[in-house]
Order: sequence, then structure tokens, then C-alpha cells
Amino acid sequence: MSQSTLEIRAISGHPGTVPGAGVTREFEVCKLIDTSTCIGCKACEVACLEWNGLTFTDTVFQDSYQTMPDTTWNYWNLIKFNEHQRDDGSLMLLMRKDQCMHCEDPGCLAACPADAAIIQYTNGIVDFQQDHCIGCGYCITGCPFNIPKFNSKTKKVFKCTLCSDRVNEGLEPACIKACPTGCLHFGTKPEMKELAETRAKQLREQSGFKDAGVYDPSGVSGTHVIYVLHDASNPEAYGGLPANPHVPWSVKLWKGPLKWLGNVALVGGLVGLALHYLRFGPKRVNEDEPEKGGPV
Amino acid sequence: MSSQGITVRKYASTGAGGRIERYTFVERVNHWIGSAAYLYLLLTGLAFWSPYLYWMAALVGGGPTARFWHPWIGVLFTASTFTMCMHWGGKMGKTDADRAWWKAISSYVRNEDESLPPVGKFNYGQKLWFWLIFYGVILLFLSGLALWFTESIPWNLRFLRYTAILVHVGAALLTIGGFFIHVYMSTFLEEGSFNSMIEGGVSTTWAKEFHRLWYDKIVQKTPAKK
Repeated sequence: MSQSTLEIRAISGHPGTVPGAGVTREFEVCKLIDTSTCIGCKACEVACLEWNGLTFTDTVFQDSYQTMPDTTWNYWNLIKFNEHQRDDGSLMLLMRKDQCMHCEDPGCLAACPADAAIIQYTNGIVDFQQDHCIGCGYCITGCPFNIPKFNSKTKKVFKCTLCSDRVNEGLEPACIKACPTGCLHFGTKPEMKELAETRAKQLREQSGFKDAGVYDPSGVSGTHVIYVLHDASNPEAYGGLPANPHVPWSVKLWKGPLKWLGNVALVGGLVGLALHYLRFGPKRVNEDEPEKGGPV
Repeated sequence: MSSQGITVRKYASTGAGGRIERYTFVERVNHWIGSAAYLYLLLTGLAFWSPYLYWMAALVGGGPTARFWHPWIGVLFTASTFTMCMHWGGKMGKTDADRAWWKAISSYVRNEDESLPPVGKFNYGQKLWFWLIFYGVILLFLSGLALWFTESIPWNLRFLRYTAILVHVGAALLTIGGFFIHVYMSTFLEEGSFNSMIEGGVSTTWAKEFHRLWYDKIVQKTPAKK
């Protein structure tokens, strides 16, 4: 990222134009998950644990292949399995890799009160800084995808970092690296969007999934993790992917008009009381004792 | 409790005027526990409210520490408020005298207290403050529980998280408004008020001036003194 400021603007003693000047560079990254080619092998789950140094926790058997019901503070990447019955009565095993969506308009960041506990990079990655986290859990309330998870022992919240440490070194996230089928892709947002649309078109035209489409929800101004779904009209079937996610209204109200109104009321109240004192002064008790100056 | 409100004591230092006990020792201790707790909740709460006030958390040990203690101190404040309710709740009902006094509230605001109808131990403003804190604490406590254990609320009941945020913030702002007025009136505005919560006593003149009906009742109950 810091390299972007090292693009050359002028060169001394150089004939002609500056090489590379005016070339637009894409900074926004994106992970593409093609659910139609996912085989549910969980290599991405293991790679996530390995790279991020997370210990493996107990699995929870729930009559399915799914490792546990939801992501946890130390399990950021979880494939959600759903045996979905289609309209014609046939069964389909839907598999969706669930993790932080890295929203363009992140509800966690909007709700967070701690200075620098959540940051959004120019490349679109939303990252938690546990050093600054105070453990209030407001991000849990702000997230429309149920992603941030609280560690009750350390009082810190954790989630997928999109391997910001790897991306910063020019590497793809660990989950992408591990995927054996190539259902996971990583690149710039426009590239991934184009690839996703191509694949969705292919599914519609060649594989009979007439509702195939790309999941890049506009309610959070798009995400930096996008899906290709066989049936984009029913994202809920993919382990509860919200159809129209947005930052909760109460969080918007709280961080918007209510905060403005509250601040005006607080300052106005203090100013009002000061003005009252200046205008009317104290309420004095007229003690009828002659001598003055004794203790009240 | 039995001697509450009916003790007339002479304070040598006050010269001519007698002193009347207004708040018992237990009432005062509980009041100041509540005050300290509220002040802590205010500082830490405002730190979480606005980034421009986040420095307040540093005053009490930093963000994580403030977040850790805020709910526990909230429990203490709730307990203190319910204790206040045991002490004063019975005296907080609205009376006819309060209605008359409330009609003349503009005189009270302008410090023209001599033209006000007489009131009992607490005027209607104090009663409103009492009930604001009482109901405010109930709302803050319940919504606070939801914020304390956010992750324990199942995803499909998440509307509780959303509601709790708004209720907690709304109730807090209302009590802060009342708190500003309360502190202003008892420290700056009304002479003798602050002292009554420290020493427990007020002068007879003070009682006559601000709480005439209360004063009359005490004088009736107390054996006549020369």
C-alpha cells in the first residue's frame, strides 16, 4: 500500500514523458467465492487456522458436514452446509464459505467507540486492532452478517482479517492459497466482479441455473468478498446469507441524528444553566440572625 | 428512620437559628454512593458516546478498564437508586400542593420563591428528578444487561441488541439532563442545599423558605421549645 505513494511523478534529466505516469492502478482487493465449484473440503478452514496461528477447537456435530454452527472468536472461516430442496423436488447440497464480508460501508466500524480499534484500509480490508479494542461488543451489534466474535477471557473481539498481513506482502489470503478446486479467487474488485459475472452467465446459459448471479450487496455499498450463487434470488438458503444486508437502522440512528441531538442537548443544557445563574443568581436564605459570617 | 424529619437540634455554631435534620446518616451515605457511581458511569459512558470525549476513559484507567467496570458500577448505581426509593419513594407522590407549586414554576425559575405556594419535604421538581432516575435506572439496567451480554443474545433475537442500544443511549441522555440540573441546583443555585446532604441538617429559615409544609409538620410534632 505504501508503494502506491512511490509512483514516480517527475524524473530529472529524463527525455520524454515519465514512464507509467497517469496509469490508473486498482487498489481495492476482492475475494471471489464461487459456491458452484466449492466441494466443501474445508481446506480453507484449516489454512485459516494455520496461517493465523489459531488452535483447533472442538467440532460440534449437528447432523451435517458443518464443523460448528457459527464462526467463533478463534474460527474465522466456516463452510456452511445446507441440504436444499429445489422446486422440482431434487436435493442440492449448498456450501458457502462464511467469513467477514469486508463491507465497503462497515457497520462494525460505525458502531465502534474505541479509537483505532477498527480500521478500513484503502484496499477495502476491514481490520480489527485488538490492542485498541475495549471489548464493548458494539461491533457485534453493528454487523449485519453476524461475524465479529467475543473472547470472554481476553475481552477482545476477533474476525477474519482477509489476511491483511499477507495481502500487504503481495500474497493472496491463506484460504485462497489452499483451495483445491479454484472456487476461491483473489484480485482487484473490478477483476473479480467481471470474473463473477462471467461465471454467473455461464451457469445461467450452460448449466441451467436460470437465477444464477453475483452477491455483492448494495445495502452495505458492496463487499470485498463476493459470491457466485446458483440461485441469487434466495441467498438465505446458503446458510443464512442475508438477502438485503445493511447497517442496522438503530445503529444509523444512534450514530447519526441521535448523537447530533444529544450533543446539542448536552452543551445547550450546560450553557442554559450557566445563563440562568448569571441572570438570576443563587437562591439565598434570608437568615434573620443579626451576626453574619458564621458557618451555614 | 424513626427520628427522620422530626429532630430539632440546636447547633451552637449557628447562633440563633435552630437546625432540622433533613437527611439521615444512612440516606446521606447511600446518596453519595449513588453520586460516585453515577459520576463514574457518566465519565465512562460519555467516553463510549463520543470520540471527542474518549479521553474521559483515560481518567479512569483506559478504555478496556472503563468498559469492564461500567456494568458493575451500573449494578451498584441501580442498587443505590432502589435504596433511595426505599428511603424517599413514599414521599414522592404528587399532591395538591405540588400542583399549585408546579403552576407557579416560572416564579421558582426566576428565584421569586416568596410568591410560591408552600410545599412539603420535596417540591415537584425534586419528585420529577426522583422518578426520572427511578424509571431511567430500570431502562438503563435492562438495556445495559443486553449490551453487557450482547453475544449471548441469539442471532434471531438480534432486534433486542438494536433496541437496547437506543434505549440505553436515550435513557442515559435524559438522566444526564436531569443530573446537570440536580447538581447545578444543589451546589450553585440553592444555598444550604449541598450542606444538607453533607451534614444532614438545614436551618429552620431554610426549611420555612423552601419547604414550608414540611417545616410546619415538624414543628407540630416537636414539643414546643422556648
